[in-house]
Amino acid sequence: MNQNQNFTTDKGLTAKHICKYFGEVKALDDVTLNVAPGEFFTLLGPSGCGKTTLLRIIAGLELADSGQIFTGGKDITRLPAIKRQVNTVFQSYALFPHLTVYENVAFGLRSRKFHDAEIKKRVNRRLEMLDLSSMAQRHPHQLSGGQKQRVALARALVNEPDVLLLDEPMSALDARLRAQVQEDLRRLQRKLGRTFILVTHDQAEALVCSDRLAVMRQGRIVQCGTPEEVYDDPRDSFVAKFLGAANLIPCTKAPGGVQTAFGFLALEKDPSWQEGTVAIRPEWIGIGDKEPERNGIRARVTEIVYRGSNFDLWLEPGPLRVRTSSYRRIDPGREVWLELAPKELVILEDEAR
Amino acid sequence: MITWYGELTTRKRLLKRGSLLLLPGMLWLMLFLVLPGLVLVVVSVITRGAYGQLEWVFTLENYKRLAGFTLFGWTPDYLMILWRSVVVAFVTTLVSVILSYPLCFFIAARPERSRYMWLTLVIIPFWTNMVIRAYAWFLILAPEMPFARLAAVLGFIPDGAPLYPNAFAVYLGMVSMFLPFVTLPLYASVERLDWSLVEAAQDLYASRIRVLTQAILPQTMPGLSVGIILTFVPAMGMFVVPDLLGGAKYMLVGNLIQQQFGTSRDWPFGAAISMGLMVLTMIGLQIYRRKGKEIEVV
Repeated sequence: MNQNQNFTTDKGLTAKHICKYFGEVKALDDVTLNVAPGEFFTLLGPSGCGKTTLLRIIAGLELADSGQIFTGGKDITRLPAIKRQVNTVFQSYALFPHLTVYENVAFGLRSRKFHDAEIKKRVNRRLEMLDLSSMAQRHPHQLSGGQKQRVALARALVNEPDVLLLDEPMSALDARLRAQVQEDLRRLQRKLGRTFILVTHDQAEALVCSDRLAVMRQGRIVQCGTPEEVYDDPRDSFVAKFLGAANLIPCTKAPGGVQTAFGFLALEKDPSWQEGTVAIRPEWIGIGDKEPERNGIRARVTEIVYRGSNFDLWLEPGPLRVRTSSYRRIDPGREVWLELAPKELVILEDEAR
Repeated sequence: MITWYGELTTRKRLLKRGSLLLLPGMLWLMLFLVLPGLVLVVVSVITRGAYGQLEWVFTLENYKRLAGFTLFGWTPDYLMILWRSVVVAFVTTLVSVILSYPLCFFIAARPERSRYMWLTLVIIPFWTNMVIRAYAWFLILAPEMPFARLAAVLGFIPDGAPLYPNAFAVYLGMVSMFLPFVTLPLYASVERLDWSLVEAAQDLYASRIRVLTQAILPQTMPGLSVGIILTFVPAMGMFVVPDLLGGAKYMLVGNLIQQQFGTSRDWPFGAAISMGLMVLTMIGLQIYRRKGKEIEVV
């Protein structure tokens, strides 16, 4: 079992032209992605977009119909799961109910016939790292959701995988715990320097955790980049709406900008289309009593939504959503000036509808 | 009818109500299990009269006889029959379990509609009388049939001989009789199997054997337990199949008991053997419970 002893952490993952059909349905359509060594990469998309299928193909639980997968330069496309240096944290955690926490974590090492002393050392180190030492002799049914999730994490990490796969690992946790676990996971990954690939449909989770993320839709990767890149410059209306909130404004091209239902809006560069959509995030819209120099819209507040740290305003014409940064309350019915600054307007490249 | 609306449900009341509901079942068990059991215990320690009547003379002679002490010294005959019954029941159960696993996975993997057809095929033998099924094996194992021919060609039996009566025919009959008792409860467990545990095991480098013992067996344990008990206990006392397919040489404890209560008219001895069978069955179940606990799903 010599090859298993030489763990290296500097292994990324490359998937090339992966296609997968389930009967007639194309689950993955020519997916290519590169995950750098030590990167926290997220596959983000709505249910049924193929993200879990892609993860299962990387894990070796499903075989691709075409395409190739490499870890650290080694082709693993045809290797079964048990031969891959890739471990998974399953959505339901899939802990063995008849085994204790300790034995669950030791499972992979026992499969590979490590010596008891070595198993003990490694398992205890992981249990300690994930604050599970006091639970070692408990059974999964005696654990809370958060503890189960940490056991699943320890069970995968103890094998020192080249790539750790996480299949919606937070979906079973309540919202408050989830937010904390997301940050913990991020810190853990930085500390370990290991490659993580997370699958989620939760955009907040993707933004918090990832170094880079890929937004998937209908078996394809729509956009790939750092969270900031994708949030600030969404490629099309799907990404704009899926990652954060966005005002989508249909328009036609005009000299120096676009013509919309609210009138002319100047843009920083010309769109490539004649008829299309521009987007602006609710928090990028300026709001005031004076008419701005450019791209001003006179609008009336129709509804306000209190969100704790700010207000969301709905305005006519539009409807437009504006997120205020202050606690200043603007009552419905009031007329205000909105500024849709050219540098904040994103030109979307929607595929022909 | 008593209505409980608005009444405070105390532990005492619950107990009272509970015992009322228990009463019919308890009466049934008293009448048809405990009472006959006690009769059996009593009969097993009295004496058989010259004409097979019961004589109220206390004796442990029946148990001594079962243990092999006769007028002419010690023989292991009866103990051998008991032991053979344990072995036959054990092997029957084991073979039924080994055959049931692939069968259950096969059925569970069928599309929903054809699953019921397959399950029905498993159940159909239930609807046929046990004796008739045993006779059906006579036909299948007859000298003219391909199985006997093949065995003759291979030199296992003389030419023109049937494949019965022998141990093989007994096992064949026993397994075919008890297979559904294992398959049905096991299927219920296999159908609900959480495959993510199997995938997790594979993800954690488990060999096929490890996947079976760590991911599949513990999950199917509830169904398997029911199947094992439903097979082992009645198999211990089976007498129709060994009688017909095993011949006189392959006597099991079931046949022996039947003989004592029937042709031999020796009820006290029959009762003693029954007690022996009961004790053996209890021991078997106890061993199973101990062993089973080690791998039981918690």
